[in-house]
Amino acid sequence: MRTLTRESTMAKLSFNDSHIERLHAARELWRRFSRRQSAMIGLVLLLMIFAASIFAPLIVPFDPEKQKLSQALIAPGGQFLLGTDHLGRDMLTRLLYGARLSLTIGFLAVAFGLAVGLPLGAISGYYGKWVDLVIQRFADILLSFPSFLLALSLVAMLGVGLQNVIISVGVSAVPSFIRLVRGSVLTIREQTYIESARSVGVRDARIIWLHVLPNAIAPVIVQATLNLGSAILIAAGLGFLGLGVQPPTPEWGSMLGEGRNYIFSHPYMATFPGLAIFIAVLGFNLLGDGLRDALDPRLRHV
Amino acid sequence: MLRYLQQRFIAALITLFGITIIVFAILRMLPGDPARVIAGLLATEEDVARLRVALGLDQPMLIQYANFLGNLARGDLGTSARTSQPVLDEVLARLPATMQLAIVSMAIAALIGIPVGVIAATRRNSLLDYVLSIITLFGVSMPVYWLGLMLIVIFAVNLQMLPAAGNENLTSLILPSLTLAAFSIALIARMTRSSMLEVLHQDYVRTARAKGLRERGVIFRHALQNAFIPVITVLGLQFGTLLGGAVLTESVFGWPGIGLLMLDSIFARDYPVVQGVVFIFAAMFIGLNVAVDVVYAYIDPRIHYG
Repeated sequence: MRTLTRESTMAKLSFNDSHIERLHAARELWRRFSRRQSAMIGLVLLLMIFAASIFAPLIVPFDPEKQKLSQALIAPGGQFLLGTDHLGRDMLTRLLYGARLSLTIGFLAVAFGLAVGLPLGAISGYYGKWVDLVIQRFADILLSFPSFLLALSLVAMLGVGLQNVIISVGVSAVPSFIRLVRGSVLTIREQTYIESARSVGVRDARIIWLHVLPNAIAPVIVQATLNLGSAILIAAGLGFLGLGVQPPTPEWGSMLGEGRNYIFSHPYMATFPGLAIFIAVLGFNLLGDGLRDALDPRLRHV
Repeated sequence: MLRYLQQRFIAALITLFGITIIVFAILRMLPGDPARVIAGLLATEEDVARLRVALGLDQPMLIQYANFLGNLARGDLGTSARTSQPVLDEVLARLPATMQLAIVSMAIAALIGIPVGVIAATRRNSLLDYVLSIITLFGVSMPVYWLGLMLIVIFAVNLQMLPAAGNENLTSLILPSLTLAAFSIALIARMTRSSMLEVLHQDYVRTARAKGLRERGVIFRHALQNAFIPVITVLGLQFGTLLGGAVLTESVFGWPGIGLLMLDSIFARDYPVVQGVVFIFAAMFIGLNVAVDVVYAYIDPRIHYG
């Protein structure tokens, strides 16, 4: 009984220790990250987009979907800061509400990619042999389509709509996560602490979850951040072609697709949605680059 | 070398085999009856039944797949639901336009991207490097389809210098190929820069400088040659990405390639053609990857062919 209490106290103590260690690591990471101007610019850009999408109803007084044809195609300036579209809807309003959708698609698609790619990559790297072979051939097959083409083919198969766009873009992110996690796990697998965990009889699933993955996670975070940018880019591309979220829902890609029909008479209708996509992707690219530099000290000199 | 090539070739064949399963699944995974989808909404029940037998869709899956493979081996990708022409003919008719666009874009991307990367690396932390970094970062963050539209606004609408769409003469190639190349230019430049920076730190570069070689000799004879290896990989992969991006670029400029064919077929629910285009795209991409591996092994003597 007594030993048991002591053990649990020690467990608590060691938890506190590792907790403090983690805090230190996080502070050190932030120090390295915040020193980089470009990374901070990315962070600020993204925070601004998040805030704008969340507080959209407070910023703009208009309805994003309600049509008013008497106000169609009004040039930017005046009451409608960025003008109105062909159905008389305020562009700025639709852009702000559209940010919600584009970001949601991006996050859910990358989450999907992680949910499939992370376990497959870990299993592939940890077990090796034929399991590895099968999973790697699977990744090869997915990788033999350029990612936009893969998402496009899947949407052609599954049909349009929010859920199918998320799945299609998510699947196209899967192989990169498989490859990345496998690579890290391969080196971690050989470490002594894994061997000791195995020798005291810890189950494989627990080893992978508690000891392997936490040590393989840094490059995954970087890749996920960069993938958020490309997921938004791909999803918007599908929307642009009319294969994404269907009207009247405001989404950056489909807005750009609508603007394209007015490119000769009202070029602003295509200019602003594209600019929004560009800024969001730029934000994620800057953030991802900054995180990589902060997490991987070897790259700092470059 | 021969054994290495054999291995790569076998791996590519396995992947290609996997592709056939996916392509086969495209039609079968569609919600509803594939025969109905191919026949179109106006077809009568008898027409659909006849088509189902004609396409062998009434047979078990495995036999269907075996037939599909057999046809594929004979170069038969099925028949277009819209035009009743063989899919292979439709795809081959459109392929040259896409290849023309992709090859010109690739050439532009390499000819601009590599020098930009080298210049940025040799003048590291200078104002020029800083400006180039910003431009290339913009390049990889920009949606290609948006860039295409903006180029149309500037050069076709405002300046009236270049045609906005179509494929009549060489000038109509300028905007689409620049649009398609933009992302690759930026990526290749970034890749070349970081690869060059890594190499410039190496001992042999210092040695080359120490023995009194002029800076140009150091850069071109020693650094660039070694920095080139990762760049080649990116070039190869970029060609595949270019083919994928061609769908969007072709749509923006009405360029009559296989990307546009695929889009039109998706909207017309002409799934045999969608299948065919997906298969051709994937097959080209796999072939390209093998080619990159071969070139890679050829330039980098450190790679063992065993």
